Amino acid sequence: MPLWRQLSRGLRVLFRRGQADRELDTELEHWLDQAAADLAATGLSQEEARRAARLQVGSTLAAREEVRDHGWEHVIGGAAADIRYAVRRLRKDAAFASLAVLTLALGIGAATAIFSAVNPVLFERLPYPDPQRLMTISEVGSTTPRIDVTYGTFREVTQRSHAFASLAVLKVWQPTLGGLDHPQRLDAQRVSAGYFRTLGIAPVLGRDFTRADDRPNGPDVVVLGHALWRRLGGDAEILGRTVTLDDTPYTVVGVMPAGFENLLAPSAQVWAPLQYGESFAPDSRAWGHHLRMVGSLRAGVNRDAAARELAAIAKSPLPELPRVPWADLSLGLVPSSLRDEVTQAVRPALLAVVAAVVLLLAITVVNVTNLLLARGAQRRGEFALRSALGAGRGRLVRQLLTESLLLAVLGGVLGLVVAKVGVRALVALSPAGLPRLDAIHVDTAVLAFACALSAIVGIGVGLVPALQASTPTLRTGVERTSRRSSGDFRRTRGSLVVAEVALALVLLVSAGLLLRSLSRLLAVDTGFDDAPLLTMQVQVTGHRYDADSLRYGFLERSLDAVRALPGVTAAAYTSQLPLSDDLDIYGVHLERETDPANDGAALRYAVTPGYFTTMGIPLRAGRLLDEHDGPASPRAIVVSQAFARAAFPGGDPIGQRLRFGNPEGDWYTVVGVVGDVRQTALGLTTANAVYVTPTQWHWVDRQMSLVVRGEPIAATLVPAVRAAIWSVDRDQPVVRVATMRELVEASVADRHFALVVFEVFGAAALVLAAIGLYGILSVSVTERTREIGVRTALGASSREILALVLRQGMALTGVGVALGLVLAWAASRSLAALLFDLPGLDPITYAGVVVLLLGVSAVACWGPAWRAARLDPALTLRAE
Amino acid sequence: MDQPNTDLIQGTLDMLILKTLSLEPMHGYGIARRIEQVSRSVFKVNPGSLLTALQRLERAGWVDAEWRQTENARRAKIYRLTRAGRKQLAAETEDWARRAAAVARLLGAEG
Repeated sequence: MPLWRQLSRGLRVLFRRGQADRELDTELEHWLDQAAADLAATGLSQEEARRAARLQVGSTLAAREEVRDHGWEHVIGGAAADIRYAVRRLRKDAAFASLAVLTLALGIGAATAIFSAVNPVLFERLPYPDPQRLMTISEVGSTTPRIDVTYGTFREVTQRSHAFASLAVLKVWQPTLGGLDHPQRLDAQRVSAGYFRTLGIAPVLGRDFTRADDRPNGPDVVVLGHALWRRLGGDAEILGRTVTLDDTPYTVVGVMPAGFENLLAPSAQVWAPLQYGESFAPDSRAWGHHLRMVGSLRAGVNRDAAARELAAIAKSPLPELPRVPWADLSLGLVPSSLRDEVTQAVRPALLAVVAAVVLLLAITVVNVTNLLLARGAQRRGEFALRSALGAGRGRLVRQLLTESLLLAVLGGVLGLVVAKVGVRALVALSPAGLPRLDAIHVDTAVLAFACALSAIVGIGVGLVPALQASTPTLRTGVERTSRRSSGDFRRTRGSLVVAEVALALVLLVSAGLLLRSLSRLLAVDTGFDDAPLLTMQVQVTGHRYDADSLRYGFLERSLDAVRALPGVTAAAYTSQLPLSDDLDIYGVHLERETDPANDGAALRYAVTPGYFTTMGIPLRAGRLLDEHDGPASPRAIVVSQAFARAAFPGGDPIGQRLRFGNPEGDWYTVVGVVGDVRQTALGLTTANAVYVTPTQWHWVDRQMSLVVRGEPIAATLVPAVRAAIWSVDRDQPVVRVATMRELVEASVADRHFALVVFEVFGAAALVLAAIGLYGILSVSVTERTREIGVRTALGASSREILALVLRQGMALTGVGVALGLVLAWAASRSLAALLFDLPGLDPITYAGVVVLLLGVSAVACWGPAWRAARLDPALTLRAE
Repeated sequence: MDQPNTDLIQGTLDMLILKTLSLEPMHGYGIARRIEQVSRSVFKVNPGSLLTALQRLERAGWVDAEWRQTENARRAKIYRLTRAGRKQLAAETEDWARRAAAVARLLGAEG
């Protein structure tokens, strides 16, 4: 009942204010009548009694205000009045309001866009029931910190580990889907039986894989991804039917749910059981480093405990679980959380981008604070008047905060539009390795972020100006004899401009460092001539190519067809293509090496003769591979310079013999040395490489990359080359078509992403800082009109006045630059992961940015200074 | 000029209003005058505070208000104690008596 009374009475006052006020007036009127009547009874005349009653009762207006000030509706009513007033003020000052709103929209919008991009990767829970328990497990390698595990290691860990409730291994699988107009290569995975159970996601239709599926020569069964299932008709009847993959019918046993995100291979559309374990002989596939292992920690076991257990297992081989020399785990096994595994490649770029947007947001906040301060100075008369009329300090602060919050809300709404556009741009720009791209959009979390940010920004920008404007000492402002502002006030604005310049410098230095480092990276010698090179991957599928010789026949004939095309000057196949994410490493054993512990590893390239000339890889010693290195000839290999130096220090590598891939296999004789090639990344020198012809390797790869050198523009050859391949066999998928140049650029996409963001933000920061500087100098010149007039009257030349104002502006810039240099130095250290071959203190970048900032500041100062220099002293002095 | 303090002791106004209304329903001025007279002008109540307090008491459900026509054709708002208000008055009176006695004991104690 009381609550109901509270609500109804309050709402009545809110919505029928006039009536409520009239009733209160009637009551007060009645009070006055009664008081007057009582006084008249003591013998006063009517008129005297009424006057005395008024005196006794006091101001009815004040009484009314007092009653109105209580009750909850007053708070809302007051806020509504504040907002109405704020809207009126802002509409009267449209130029100021739109500048402030646009600035805030830029800051809030940029921050919101970046937040929506990084939220799924850095902050959100991964889309699994127990994401914090999921670990990937890798072997520690001698050259790289983490390498894929072998099936033998998986078997041993599964049998010995107690830290994990469930473990699984998976490998990339790229089958060709038949039964369509044109065969299509799918991204897929071969997984051990427990894969989906380890992730904690069950199929939405049908069943998961069982141990019976995942055994050597087990049934050909698949689980479909939701998207592929939709493409194949999307009905539940699909269970038990078959799909043709690589010419083999596979029975569909399950369908994964629509929301299933397969973070370990986001593009995978279909899964089949791994079916390993038929043999653990050293030359079997059980001992190839090509499996990723994922495990789900048992409840109550943390990462460190798991790491200790894995290290202990690695250190103590059991006789019943023999290992091979290249997978003896002598360097250990390490778990890392799935989140780290998924995000570690892009984390530095994302964190840098987050830092950049924080800087930009800070600059916009400082800028708007500055605008509000300047406006507060102009409105001092208004505030003084209001406080003279009885508005308390709290009331004024509330009014000003309402205004700044209104600005922030408008900025936030506009910022959401900016964010929406920005998110699209970010997704378009994002490096290929950015995980969870599909999860990036403006969702409720992002909206909540934008709302919270707007509120914080609104209070943030308004607080200092509000406190300053409502400072009691300014009540004397009602006299308003002079427009000179207090020194305290000017200092606040000056330090804000200094902060803006400093923050802009940090952003610009970071952008400069990224730019210079990227151009250095792109200038790195890749080891090949990328200019007119076209590449594509060709999959040799189907049972008709089950024999090595038939596969090689297809390669040869398709090469001939491609070479015959007009414009093609050279063409070759390679089993792995530089900078394409291909990574194929085999253990190498040198003949003169007696200790197997000293065996190394190298990238293995199976290349058709002519690969080196097509790619433009230079010969350093000996000879290249040619047509004579066929299946019947002695095994010949070409090694990279780095490999030659490492394996045969000081000696002549030509004629040396080595084994690789298969420890019991043939000996290969080194016949030549070629230049090093950047295989994995431009910034990485893992150049130990060996090259063999496909017919001298243990098998002919089914997946080969075609490289075509063509004039004048390689990309225009795509349709002709594709047609040439399909003229030999139209059922072979051709995928991953790209020029070598595009692959090079894609390999630096994460740096490029960070660079573009920093460039855009840096440019925005520069403009904002210039506006801030211009603003404070303009106000300062207006305030100092009288002083400047006096100076001119006393004989100062207009050049001296110009210099005076310029000096004031440049002094602020100078302090900002000095502060910014210190901050930039600190910031550049966190940028180190994205820099290449460039010290964080690169003098050219720093000098360039300082010159740029000083130049822009000088331009921003010039306007006000020029205006000051042309002031007519007679006019200004008379104006006082 | 040293005026005697006529401010109400904090928190007592509500109790005094309830007490006044427990005798008979009356209008705002009547309550103010009654408090002044009975307290022999120790307490003076201005209309702002009284009407604010009445608004609060009404919303709490301790008094009801209704408009009535007075003899000289004016409208007056008459306040009346509700049952909840009577209970509240009893509680507050008891509480006050307890506190007042305690204060009196403290002040009267021999030091």
